[in-house]
Amino acid sequence: MASAPVMEFEKPIAELEKQIDELKRLADGQRLDVGSEIAPLERKLSDLRDQIYKNLTPLQRVQVARNNKRPFTLDYIRLAFTDWIELHGDRAFREDAAIVGGWARLDGETVMVIGQQRGRDTKENLKRNFGMPHPEGYRKALRLMKLAEKFHVPVLTFIDTPGAWAGLGAEERGQSEAIARNLYEMAQLEVPIIATVIGEGGSGGALALGVADRVLMLENAVYSVITIEGCAAILWKDGKSPEMRERAASALRITAPDLYELRVIDEIIPEPPGGAHSSQEATAKAVQEALIRNLDELRKYKPDRLVRRRREKFLGMGRVEEG
Amino acid sequence: MAWFRKEKKPRQPRRERLEIPADAWEKCEACGHTDLREKFVRNLNVCPSCDYHRRIRASEYLNILFDEGTIEETEVDLRSTDPLGFPEYPGRLKKATTNAGEGDAIITATGMLGGAPLNIGVMDFAFMGGSMGSVVGEKIARLGQRSLERKYPLVIISASGGARMQEGVLSLMQMAKTSAMLSMLGERGIPYISILTNPTTGGVSASYAMLGDAILAEPGAVIGFAGPRVIKQTLGQDLPEGFQTAEFLLDHGMLDAVVHRKDLKGTVGQLLRHMTGKPAATGWTSP
Repeated sequence: MASAPVMEFEKPIAELEKQIDELKRLADGQRLDVGSEIAPLERKLSDLRDQIYKNLTPLQRVQVARNNKRPFTLDYIRLAFTDWIELHGDRAFREDAAIVGGWARLDGETVMVIGQQRGRDTKENLKRNFGMPHPEGYRKALRLMKLAEKFHVPVLTFIDTPGAWAGLGAEERGQSEAIARNLYEMAQLEVPIIATVIGEGGSGGALALGVADRVLMLENAVYSVITIEGCAAILWKDGKSPEMRERAASALRITAPDLYELRVIDEIIPEPPGGAHSSQEATAKAVQEALIRNLDELRKYKPDRLVRRRREKFLGMGRVEEG
Repeated sequence: MAWFRKEKKPRQPRRERLEIPADAWEKCEACGHTDLREKFVRNLNVCPSCDYHRRIRASEYLNILFDEGTIEETEVDLRSTDPLGFPEYPGRLKKATTNAGEGDAIITATGMLGGAPLNIGVMDFAFMGGSMGSVVGEKIARLGQRSLERKYPLVIISASGGARMQEGVLSLMQMAKTSAMLSMLGERGIPYISILTNPTTGGVSASYAMLGDAILAEPGAVIGFAGPRVIKQTLGQDLPEGFQTAEFLLDHGMLDAVVHRKDLKGTVGQLLRHMTGKPAATGWTSP
């Protein structure tokens, strides 16, 4: 098994796994039956996973959300959809590989799938810009949404980005306008939209795919107005130390239960024990089930009712005091 | 070296002869030009020499744009709460209220411009850097609703560093909320003009600020998604001269016009008359 860097809090899990592996290897080599010794260890491993993942701190959740063994957009497309054909380009400037999109089938029905795509290694991350889109990425996404609308096909987005890219070219080509335009158009798109936050939902760059009839979120995903590092750097002049990052992660209320309570998301999709990265297949299955179920409900609404409800939902967000 | 010596007259304390007190003078932050404060004020706080547009308060923009005596402030009772229990937020809110007033980071009002009714929202940078939290979003949504009901054009003057961190993801959602309201105005053909002042960045620029049927900006205003400091950090190099200024955005096709503060009212009026099918203002004749 390829070993990726292990997150600090997962070390006890990794150690126990190693023990079990060694025992198995030993047994294989000497043709011994160690089933009776392994069974309790595996029970212990499963308990340990449950225990650790039930008690993740917000900062640990950020680490899980950013883990590069977690399923990415293209993994969900591979595991939860069929008949995928990717579409490219914004028809104005260039192709942006930080966002992927195209036709696919969910449970046999055509849908438009759009999502940010991170890379698993350095080479792919350079191509994907670490999942941080340029304006042309958002404009491609919008082009595909309008295409879906033209053929009365629902739009399913996957959110997984540290944020929209901050750089010279992105500013020159109107990063702000590209994001704003998506918010505006998504607020009047006459087909069902479901957004799923699968990893890190970073600020406006995430929201630009997030104005949806239903916003779903994986159990260990995070969704925030600013990165925890950015927040800690601004407020406490320290974006690096674990203490300040932990403080920002807690203060910002970025976990799925937090967002559910704040009524920003509609549903939390449970992850397998040990997090989404412990089983991509099981995670994709849970996501697929949630998408099919939510889409079935949304298909009942006529376009104008759908748009009205979507607008009302976002117009109701926020907390103010009168008087 | 000197082969002759100039007789130096003893210096006359000239100041004594002037009747203007010393504190009546002001110096331009940009070019150093010194002039009577009175002159700065009459010039709408724009430097008479270099045209540097100083930051002014939201209420001053209302006076600039609305016809005299027609301003009626709306949504005055909305206050920020501390929905996340964020460290130090209540204290900061209190301080901002003391320093900048009770309107939070935006004042909204209804009134007339050139005799025609309209609604205007003006952000106030003095209130926590013009940051957008739930109150800013709600005020814009309610003002938009007023525009929908009465078919009044909407103008928003932005000055903001972006979303208000202390309200977390709820601030982020105000981007979607305000954009949803603007899509409703758009659908009914109600004009919306966005005016960008220094600075307009982050979540505000990435939502209603860049969604105007016309987008205007004051000269020299810094406008962008990421602030200059953030970009400098990601690039690790200095930014080109004039990067992210209003003039830069105009060159890159992101604005309709850069407009001097003294021409804002005239320009907004002209645009609105075009968009609402009204005849030209007096003074305009066919060629």
